Amino acid sequence: MSGGSYYVPATSKWPILGSLALGTMMIGTGMVLVHGSGSALMGLGILAVLAVMGLWFRDVVKESRSGLYDAQMDRSFRQGMAWFIFSEVMFFAAFFGALFYVRTFALPWLDGEGAKGVAALLWPDFTASWPLLEPPGDVAGPRDTFSPWQLPLVNTLILVGSSITLTVAHEGLKEGMRDTTRNWLLVTVLLGFTFIVIQGVEYYEAYHHYGITLQAGIYGATFFLLTGFHGAHVIIGATILTVMLIRILRGHFAPEHHFGFEAAAWYWHFVDVVWIGLFLFVYVF
Amino acid sequence: MAPKLPLHHPVEQSSTASAGGQASAHAAPPRGLMRWLLTTNHKEIGSLYLIFSLTMFFIGGIFALVVRAELFQPGLQLVVPEFFNQMTTMHGLIMVFGAIMPAFVGLANWMVPLQIGAPDMALPRLNNFSFWLLPVAFTLLLSTLLMPGGGPNFGWTFYAPLSTTYAPPSTTFFILSLHIAGISSILGAINIIATILNLRAPGMRLMDMPLFCWTWLITAFLLIAVMPVLAGVVTMMLMDINFGTSFFNAAGGGDPVLFQHLFWFFGHPEVYIMILPAFGIVSAIIPTFSRKRLFGYASMVYATASIAILSFLVWAHHMFTVGLPLAAELFFMYTTMLIAVPTGVKVFNWIATMFRGSISFEPPMLFALAFVVQFTIGGFSGLMLAISPADFQYHDTYFVVAHFHYVLVPGALFAILAAAYYWLPKWTGHYPNVKLAQWHFWLSVIGVNLTFFPMHFSGLAGMPRRIPDYALQFADFNVASSLGAFLFGASQLLFVLLIIKCVRGGEKAPAKAWEGAEDLEWSVPSPAPLHTFEHPPTFRRDGE
Repeated sequence: MSGGSYYVPATSKWPILGSLALGTMMIGTGMVLVHGSGSALMGLGILAVLAVMGLWFRDVVKESRSGLYDAQMDRSFRQGMAWFIFSEVMFFAAFFGALFYVRTFALPWLDGEGAKGVAALLWPDFTASWPLLEPPGDVAGPRDTFSPWQLPLVNTLILVGSSITLTVAHEGLKEGMRDTTRNWLLVTVLLGFTFIVIQGVEYYEAYHHYGITLQAGIYGATFFLLTGFHGAHVIIGATILTVMLIRILRGHFAPEHHFGFEAAAWYWHFVDVVWIGLFLFVYVF
Repeated sequence: MAPKLPLHHPVEQSSTASAGGQASAHAAPPRGLMRWLLTTNHKEIGSLYLIFSLTMFFIGGIFALVVRAELFQPGLQLVVPEFFNQMTTMHGLIMVFGAIMPAFVGLANWMVPLQIGAPDMALPRLNNFSFWLLPVAFTLLLSTLLMPGGGPNFGWTFYAPLSTTYAPPSTTFFILSLHIAGISSILGAINIIATILNLRAPGMRLMDMPLFCWTWLITAFLLIAVMPVLAGVVTMMLMDINFGTSFFNAAGGGDPVLFQHLFWFFGHPEVYIMILPAFGIVSAIIPTFSRKRLFGYASMVYATASIAILSFLVWAHHMFTVGLPLAAELFFMYTTMLIAVPTGVKVFNWIATMFRGSISFEPPMLFALAFVVQFTIGGFSGLMLAISPADFQYHDTYFVVAHFHYVLVPGALFAILAAAYYWLPKWTGHYPNVKLAQWHFWLSVIGVNLTFFPMHFSGLAGMPRRIPDYALQFADFNVASSLGAFLFGASQLLFVLLIIKCVRGGEKAPAKAWEGAEDLEWSVPSPAPLHTFEHPPTFRRDGE
């Protein structure tokens, strides 16, 4: 590499527009939450954020396809994506940590068990259990909880299956079998959106049959926090994979040069692994 | 066999000529405002970060002076308690997230590519995005002061339920502004890691890097690990406030203490995020002005990494009095005291570097030496606080305020000032005015100690923090603290004057501005041209 030169990208208007868009979205969201008005501003902000992301990525795709990026740039993108996913892992780690803390420490203490069982003085009649159907204070808990072996199991099979189909698609890309890639990627995207639909059905049932709501004590709170942020990530991942499918259809990617596809695959596998944690600790145990 | 220590970094070529085929990337930059809005240049973005940080430093400083003015006398004179609380809170938030952290990111932007022989940051557009998120975030944060019910008033640690059930309506905006600042930090950290791992000059191994790059590599890892946890915990706050969840509400089966665990899992690594780059700066300056190589380079790297790893295992030492099981009190006490070992290694190495060195006392060295002495004072009061049974006496008193201000002001901030004095010749091409710098230094040292040293005593005597009024017996200590604070604040105006003078003119600095400076940044001209190292320099280790 010595004697070669570095690639330094040209300036771009998307970063500054992106920060303004994000600011607009946040201000709009805050106004909706605090004042109950400003949904237009929030919508404008969300659209602007999406537009900037789309246009920024479009520029990167164009530059990549015109051969501007060298191996070093490729490594920078890989580093960037890998560390971004690590940050997402830590985001979910905070939520899992909260779940474990409540189940292991907070609830038993409220019930009078363990090192800080003195907390039982607050609500002497409280009995700890998980899922927590009867919160200690003046908060209504859920009526019942899901059996993990119905819709959650189906969703687990769908998401694990989609990781497998995605790997098949990726292998096809590496072997130059673009039809294989296209077909299995299509299957992956469909599985992803099926997962989201089933999750939607589950949320409907949670609210209407089980009484699992955001307000239903710590069970409802952790349930929706974990599944909600996971679901949002599935939507993002499936959207990224849809973009990859469009790019495959347009003839993008080469067997040895397709980091956009790989990054999407990394993200999807990450979303899959988080779900396995969710399935085990939110639904089964 | 330990790797050979880097001392001399001769550079075969550091051409600043434009590379062929890259002309489009270096087309004439847009002029005026657009140039700064669109810039992808690490030096320009570094300058933007530093200017932003200095601005926030004065805003946060004014908030601190409001607090100190009110505390000048017992009783309530100037502000109502409600506003006093907003001032303590905003002072902390602005200084931590708006002044200290962006200053270090600005220094990393400027210096990491120069120190590793890279043309720019690895992801320059992302770099621009990271910076421009900050003005958005802090405009939003500051605007909460003008909202109905006022701004955040629950302390910079925003413990639930003060920050949820009993918080002003603007708290939702505070949370959203923290989200934006957090995104900025994460993206900035990703950029720094990618730059260091991927863009080092050919031949430069990790163990050849200047310590500033090492400490920033580890800091960036900490940022990526804990900023998402902060995002998670404020999201839970947001939901408790707006959607009726019970995360921090025991009546629903949640726990307010859960907030503290999550916050400090972020918060303790966060305090090392604010000090590790300072270690790197001091490790560059002390060898330069001692005209010796850094003593124990490898042990410095390992000590930094140890501190970073331990920082994930000590968080509950902030919570000793909240009601932890005895096993947790002991665990977190011992892990916290363990941190004294790698920190002691560092202080030892700095002193050993100076031992029998040919020391001179240029302005950067003055600040670096003050750093070593005063940071160590802050470290020792930290050891006192680490002793769980004793902490029950110190907790939430001015002793804690004295402790963390000693590590943050004559610690982190002095390191930033030292870095500015050290690298201003590289940035501007001029040496800073020595007389003015010495006035700035001595007034700062006197001001800082006058402000914070008496707080040890008022704290040990029982004065609680974050209260606008106090009992008469604390009056003398508080007079001293307030006088010191105004002296310190006023003397920072000298720094602004000095920077303006330094940018405009002054003694011309050569490429190697300091006699004993050996790192790669001193191989490029002063001031550093807009584009450096467009061709990778060849790095040669000492003696090769």
